[in-house]
Amino acid sequence: MSVNECLLLLVLASSLVPGVIIFFLPESRIRLRTLLNLTGAILKLLLIGYMLWGIQHNQIYIFRHNLLPNLELVLKVDALAALFVTLSAALWLLTTFYAVGYLERSPHRSRFFGFFSLCVTATVGVAMAGNLFTFFIFYELLTLSTYPLVVHRGTEAAIRAGNIYLIYTLSGGAVLLVGIIWLYSLLGQVEFIYGGVVAALDSKYSPQLQIIFLLLIIGLGVKAALVPLHGWLPQAMVAPAPVSALLHAVAVVKAGAFGIIRIVYEVYGVEYSQSINLLTPLAIAASITIIWGSLRALWQDDLKRRLAYSTVSQVSYIVLGVSLCSPVSTIGGIVHLVHQGIMKITLFFCAGNYAETLGIHKISEMNGVGWRMPWTSLAFCIAALGMMGAPLTAGYISKLYLNQGAEIADQMWASWALTASSILNAAYFLPIMYRFWFKAQPQTWVQERIHARGRWETHGLLLIPPLVSAAATLVAGIFADTDWSPLYWVKLIVKREYLP
Amino acid sequence: MSDPIPWLILLPLLWGLLSFLLGARRGDQVAVVCLVIQLALVALLVGQVVSEGRQYYAVGGWGAPLGINLHVDGLASVMLLLTHVVILPLGIYARYYFSHDVKGVGYFWPMLGFMSAAINTLFMSDDIFNIYVTIELLGLAAVGLVGIAGNTESILAAIRYLLVTLLGSGVYLAGVALIYGSYGSVSLTVLEPLIENEVSVAVFLAAILMLVGLLLKTALFPFHFWLPSAHGGALTPVSALLSALVIKASFYLILRMWLGVYAPLATIPTAQLLGGLGAVAILWGSVMAFNQTRLKMLIAYSTVAQIGYFFLLFPLITEVGSGAAEIAMQGGVIQLVAHALAKAAMFAASGVMILSMGKDNIALLSGISSRLPLTLFTFALAGVTLMGLPPTGGFIAKWLMVSSAVISGQWIWVVVMILGGLLSAGYVFKVLRQALLPAAAEMKFRPVNPPLEWPAFLLAFMSLSLSFVSGNVLNILGAG
Repeated sequence: MSVNECLLLLVLASSLVPGVIIFFLPESRIRLRTLLNLTGAILKLLLIGYMLWGIQHNQIYIFRHNLLPNLELVLKVDALAALFVTLSAALWLLTTFYAVGYLERSPHRSRFFGFFSLCVTATVGVAMAGNLFTFFIFYELLTLSTYPLVVHRGTEAAIRAGNIYLIYTLSGGAVLLVGIIWLYSLLGQVEFIYGGVVAALDSKYSPQLQIIFLLLIIGLGVKAALVPLHGWLPQAMVAPAPVSALLHAVAVVKAGAFGIIRIVYEVYGVEYSQSINLLTPLAIAASITIIWGSLRALWQDDLKRRLAYSTVSQVSYIVLGVSLCSPVSTIGGIVHLVHQGIMKITLFFCAGNYAETLGIHKISEMNGVGWRMPWTSLAFCIAALGMMGAPLTAGYISKLYLNQGAEIADQMWASWALTASSILNAAYFLPIMYRFWFKAQPQTWVQERIHARGRWETHGLLLIPPLVSAAATLVAGIFADTDWSPLYWVKLIVKREYLP
Repeated sequence: MSDPIPWLILLPLLWGLLSFLLGARRGDQVAVVCLVIQLALVALLVGQVVSEGRQYYAVGGWGAPLGINLHVDGLASVMLLLTHVVILPLGIYARYYFSHDVKGVGYFWPMLGFMSAAINTLFMSDDIFNIYVTIELLGLAAVGLVGIAGNTESILAAIRYLLVTLLGSGVYLAGVALIYGSYGSVSLTVLEPLIENEVSVAVFLAAILMLVGLLLKTALFPFHFWLPSAHGGALTPVSALLSALVIKASFYLILRMWLGVYAPLATIPTAQLLGGLGAVAILWGSVMAFNQTRLKMLIAYSTVAQIGYFFLLFPLITEVGSGAAEIAMQGGVIQLVAHALAKAAMFAASGVMILSMGKDNIALLSGISSRLPLTLFTFALAGVTLMGLPPTGGFIAKWLMVSSAVISGQWIWVVVMILGGLLSAGYVFKVLRQALLPAAAEMKFRPVNPPLEWPAFLLAFMSLSLSFVSGNVLNILGAG
């Protein structure tokens, strides 16, 4: 086995092994558990950093293992996988810090961190999967490893959310499986290749291919929360804040969106998909989701619920960008995979801070909270402005490319949908920001659990992660033109997708 | 001991007797040591099959048609290996189990020995009368094992099981008599070229009688009525043995005759009928499993559902393209293996939980996740295998079977298999969900002997790693 093959397995093992050990650790071994978690997370980042360097120097990272004569397990890190892997690993490290602070003194932490590590392993596996079979394995593993996290609190609401989550995701997975097997029966093994592999088939198969595409998109759309398959997402926000953060930013919804990118560009190929009329319906579904999610977000008083509907809407930016059939919109869509991740994780971290520190869950309770928790609120505002697409933030870059792409593709209606969504974003985020800074503080907070000490408005481990990710939101926006920004990397990917 | 075949029959008979004479205290050690030797013998035998092809053994030096022939081909090799890979961890499990719960221990080991001898002979038999003897022996050993718990419930279940198993083998024997009357032979090898598409009424009737007798023993819907009480009411190591292995034995016979001696009579309508009954079994078994309040009854009904899966194999291998049939066969065999490992693990894990709770009740499971994390994990792994989700052997099986159905265009079975997986998720998560809840304040868990947890985990782990060695299993299947 070559060094490069080992690297791929090590990237998986760097979270799998700590996860398995943590399951067997007694509850009281807090230090060892934290050490294992952080070592794994940092090691993973280092390995990925090395691979990013390698990819730029034309190294090929691929691992193959034959399970059965016609069934291969393939792991590979190409430019697109590298983008998602990096995002997952970086946000995992951040979330681990946050979770250590957040779960202090709560029960079942070994179980929590064990599944947390498994969940990241599955996400990284989804990113690195080199064919549909491998993709499906990790995609389902993700469902199984996130379920215990969703029901972690063991309350009635958590159990109900868990049930809904399972019904949606397992059914989606089943539909996806049928689609994948069907495709395998037509094509043999379906590897992800720039430009797609389906176009080689005879044109008499195109009706079948249309149905398969529908099955695949339904299966992936459940996790990507495409309307009307999004019902689980607002329920799942009962999970502890670090889980919601990870679920909404990288793990579950992104796995769905990432799968759609793979299907459109590297299985069907963008030109072939367009030629059998698959992309316009997908773009319409994405636009409906964008508007619907934003509309529903308007009416939520529960902060995490509002953020959840916002996720429904924002993840479909990715799908819209992917389905507009122009390289510029593709850039906007794929870069939003990263940008939405860092912005949304900031918002969920902040929501968790308000809940943990002051017991605030509802927007109506947030009057003047900016003066009590200025740093958290600052981070929240930066991320919210990013979501609206304000200049200097990462969100601006995404929307810029999406809008231009829609114009170039001559699909102005998509541009209108984006504009409408921006207005709605402002309509549900600005009132929150107004409350933060311009309304008088109440006499007492709902339930103040962590008291301010000097400059620390809350626990340090809760405060630093959102500040880091908020800073990243600004950096990704301001320095978008440098050759180490996500945007630069995405342009590299898109060049390869359109000129295979 | 150059030829392992006779020893696989004699050795279990010997240790069965010996453990009876030595009594429970020393008998269990002898049994476990001999099970290890048996596993080594099977490994040797499978090695021979893979390298040299099909193995034969003429009992007493008299081959067919006068004497009894034993033979071991690829399918029999897989079944023998599976049996021993399952029975050894369960034997170790039983040793520790009886340190908690001593009732019936005196009869357990001798019965286990007889069961092992019967099932080994069954897999190796090459004539339909010898098969009758082995299913009768196997049935009686299994009934005895169900009855050793000694309480009213298990005695009743055992008696009902006894009647069913006697009826099943009786019906089967009637078929054997008709065949002997028509052809003057009971050897499968001799009969195979004789039975053709056009057969006399007697032979046709014989085929139906033999099939029905075996279906009764395999507990395919609507013949499943005896199974939940027998499997759910027995002592846990026995439940695991019955669900994992005993029902597979009669299924194996149906499959062998379907592909072999009765292949000319195996038509699409019959295959579709078996598949249809399988589909109903999946549906009915899953719904009933979901409605149970007792853990072991839930698992027993899950077996009813999973048996349905096996019978979906028949429409997938009958009169379809050879590619599709081969893939289906591979999937079906992996499914047999995966289910045996997972079901044994699941019963064993549930036994640990029940010992800890002191009572078999799903509602009491709250809090078990912090009390017995390894055992709960075992249960979950086994459950994932039953659902056919990755990365388990059950997933590989489902992948292959669904692929085959897609290739041969039998969409109805695709839907049934996918739906069946979702339904099994329903009852598995019913248990897991309860176990993840915080413990009730008044709940007192009893301590459990820690080595009890590991054999169960080993079985579940094997059902998981089956996905990585399924290629090797298929190599064995393809040999001979």
